[in-house]
Amino acid sequence: MSSTAPGAPAPAPTTVAAGGDAKASAWRQRLQQLAALGGLVLIFAAFSIASPQVFPTYSNITNILFSAVVVGVLSLGATFVIITGGIDLSCGTGMILSGVMAATFIVTWGLPVWLGIVLAILFGGLIGLVNGVNVAIAGLPPFIATLAMMLVAGGLALVISNKAPIYFDSQDHSSFTALSTGNLIPGSGFPNAVIVLLVAAVIAYVILSKTILGRYDISIGSNMEATALSGINVKKWLIIIYSLAGTFSGLAGVMLAARLGSAQPTGGQGYELQAIAAVVIGGTSLSGGKGSIVGTVIGAMIIAVINNGLQIISVPQEWQNVILGVVIVVTVFIDQLRTRRTTTT
Amino acid sequence: MTTQPEAEVQQRPHDPDLLLQVEGCEKSFPGVKALSGMRLDLRKGEVLGLVGENGAGKSTLMKLLTGIYEREEGSFWLNGEPLEVRGTRDAQEKGLAIIHQELNLVPHLTVAENIWLGREPVGGKIFTRPREQVSRTRELLESLGLPLDPNTVVGSLTVAKQQMVEIAKALSFDAKVLIMDEPTAALNDAEVEQLFGLIRRFVTRETGVVYISHRMPELKRIANRITVIRDGRYIDTMAMDKTSMPEVISKMVGRAINTDARPENVRDDRPVILSVRNLSTKSLLDDVSFDLQEGEVLGFAGLMGAGRTEVARAIVGADPITSGEVVIKGRPVTIRNAAQAAQHGIGYLSEDRKRYGLMLALPVTHNVALSSIGGKFSGFGFIRDKAITAATEDARQLLRIKTPSVRQLVKYLSGGNQQKAIIARWLVRDCDVLIFDEPTRGIDVGAKEEIYQLLNRLAAEGKSIIMISSELPEVLRMSHRIVVMADGRITGTLPAGATQEAIMALATHREDDEPLPAPDSDAPIIPNDEKAEQ
Repeated sequence: MSSTAPGAPAPAPTTVAAGGDAKASAWRQRLQQLAALGGLVLIFAAFSIASPQVFPTYSNITNILFSAVVVGVLSLGATFVIITGGIDLSCGTGMILSGVMAATFIVTWGLPVWLGIVLAILFGGLIGLVNGVNVAIAGLPPFIATLAMMLVAGGLALVISNKAPIYFDSQDHSSFTALSTGNLIPGSGFPNAVIVLLVAAVIAYVILSKTILGRYDISIGSNMEATALSGINVKKWLIIIYSLAGTFSGLAGVMLAARLGSAQPTGGQGYELQAIAAVVIGGTSLSGGKGSIVGTVIGAMIIAVINNGLQIISVPQEWQNVILGVVIVVTVFIDQLRTRRTTTT
Repeated sequence: MTTQPEAEVQQRPHDPDLLLQVEGCEKSFPGVKALSGMRLDLRKGEVLGLVGENGAGKSTLMKLLTGIYEREEGSFWLNGEPLEVRGTRDAQEKGLAIIHQELNLVPHLTVAENIWLGREPVGGKIFTRPREQVSRTRELLESLGLPLDPNTVVGSLTVAKQQMVEIAKALSFDAKVLIMDEPTAALNDAEVEQLFGLIRRFVTRETGVVYISHRMPELKRIANRITVIRDGRYIDTMAMDKTSMPEVISKMVGRAINTDARPENVRDDRPVILSVRNLSTKSLLDDVSFDLQEGEVLGFAGLMGAGRTEVARAIVGADPITSGEVVIKGRPVTIRNAAQAAQHGIGYLSEDRKRYGLMLALPVTHNVALSSIGGKFSGFGFIRDKAITAATEDARQLLRIKTPSVRQLVKYLSGGNQQKAIIARWLVRDCDVLIFDEPTRGIDVGAKEEIYQLLNRLAAEGKSIIMISSELPEVLRMSHRIVVMADGRITGTLPAGATQEAIMALATHREDDEPLPAPDSDAPIIPNDEKAEQ
């Protein structure tokens, strides 16, 4: 209101900086990850009790990790986009298209396997770049821009593959399938795909927490206008962030094709929602400004554990999605409760 | 004006000429006494002008009258009856219609749909009756003499026509009192005439209008009496034909200011660091030119909507310009966004810190470092967190930012300390030109003084400061020179030591007004044209 004239009642100080909140907030953040981790442990324990012979064995755990790879890699990229307050609906079909491109480069064009892999991953990045331009420059809402890309990428995958799977040669391209199913650590039974996921997660973690990209990512999601007025080229960084997400879905596409030994031109739809679910379960806020890679990895693991565990205790396939849906609601509700409590006190 | 106990007020004999009475009205917001012993008398058949500086309490009073806020003390009377309002709709049904500065229409709906929104004529409790709605609208518009088609989509109308829809809507409730908040802010002269015609038709022996405006010439034409309020208090009511513009202005600003505090190191011969030439924007700014000298605090005064914030946003590239240029140290530069502005050493601190300044949920470190993360706080894309923490610790000591830790989330800081964090952001970025938009808005009195001293220190150290402020005492206390704006133009530049009256005279000046009366001031007004020639 107005400035106060001499003699007018002196206003009481409005805010007092609350002491110890920095520590509290750091703890809260840790608690957040602990909560997701606690959920994972709880679910794991429950299945272990339900099926002590099969579920908690070494081979089944590697199985779970193996099955978490594709959604896991996808959700790493999705985390960056969701932290900006955006969404990437095209990562599922973008992944499929990248896989088809890998097969095209390697099988159809006969490029070396390593080059085909690199180009396919970069192609995923190109899809993300287009998303980024549509969001940042054309000003489309992320939902719309990536919904359109979901359709375009899904359609192009069919066009380029001629609606048929492209098979990798088991001899010539054995190094390609080894990327997923091979054992870098001999005799461990530990599939390479899991190592790829771990390496990708470490890279994502470093990018988010140690680089300017990660810092701008969080800043944009926290307050895009203020970030822009602080002299950050928000448009440029949004394009980079969407491109990064696309690169991860390119990698996911390569990993899926390597696991199947073929590039399937269909079946990408639904993956994007699993990826988003993993991110959300991991404590990243859909309204942006907050998120963690560790949480996302745990989220992807929770999904994999639930799917695997339900299969082992013979819950019919159709019930698995029902239960996953409930898990999403419960975890996000708990998260909301926690943030609501912390903002009101 | 003292507050009368309520019992006493009730015993007061009702003056049959009074339409609306406000007695002893009190309202506080956290840290601020917004209204204190406020009163207002509106007579039947009159237009009452209500004037006061920004923040004097006009809007608060209107919001109390329409039930948007709840009053703490005092009473309202309508036609001698005690008046209680619970929300806008209730106020409308009781005969109080308010036209806010921002229009509250649904742009996709038609004129008729907007007017009857929420109380559409219905059949069988479910189905709307569009034809009845349209015919009733047509009657209403005809009775008011408004040339509008009920079926036009509101979004396609000019602002002036939209305002007429708003007025028609208000009057469709059979209003006794019409309250208008700055109704001519967005209107051209012909539209102002139309509005005045409408007001004159509305005012009968049973009705009255409260007309809030800054524009003295308009008030002189339309108002019968004028009530002045200041700092949430009632000051005086005068008959329009027995008062003068200087008298009204002196009552509006007539508070004592701290005489000890004056701008420091005033000099007028320093090198020009930033020069704005003939800046215009599509929406508002018209041929704005001024120079900012090194180490000076250049105050920007003017009323709300005069275009001061728009000047700042245009300089830093947040809004596009249609013509004009920005010259930094003699070199014309192109600035299309705040990133380029920062490269040229210009930092903008918005009036709306929460929306345009802070990352509330992030720590102080991030808020301080943000503008420099891509520069000195990173190498090969990697963040140098230690450097950020060290620089934030330095800033915390230098600016005396009160926070238990630099890791504290910035939302837990007080307004003054949040402001300091943003100042630190631009200092860390080594900006030479700082544009402060309402630097002390929402900051309590003690912290205000600290911000003032900080600005003085920065200027003394050679930073050049543009300070936009709606608080005249603040402008006078801080500014080495004062640029005054009205309606998107610069209407004059005043030296340090100017009077509040001189500023208000320039701020209420419209291009088409009669020439300004000689201000009662020690300091000569330098008309803008002459200044440019010097």
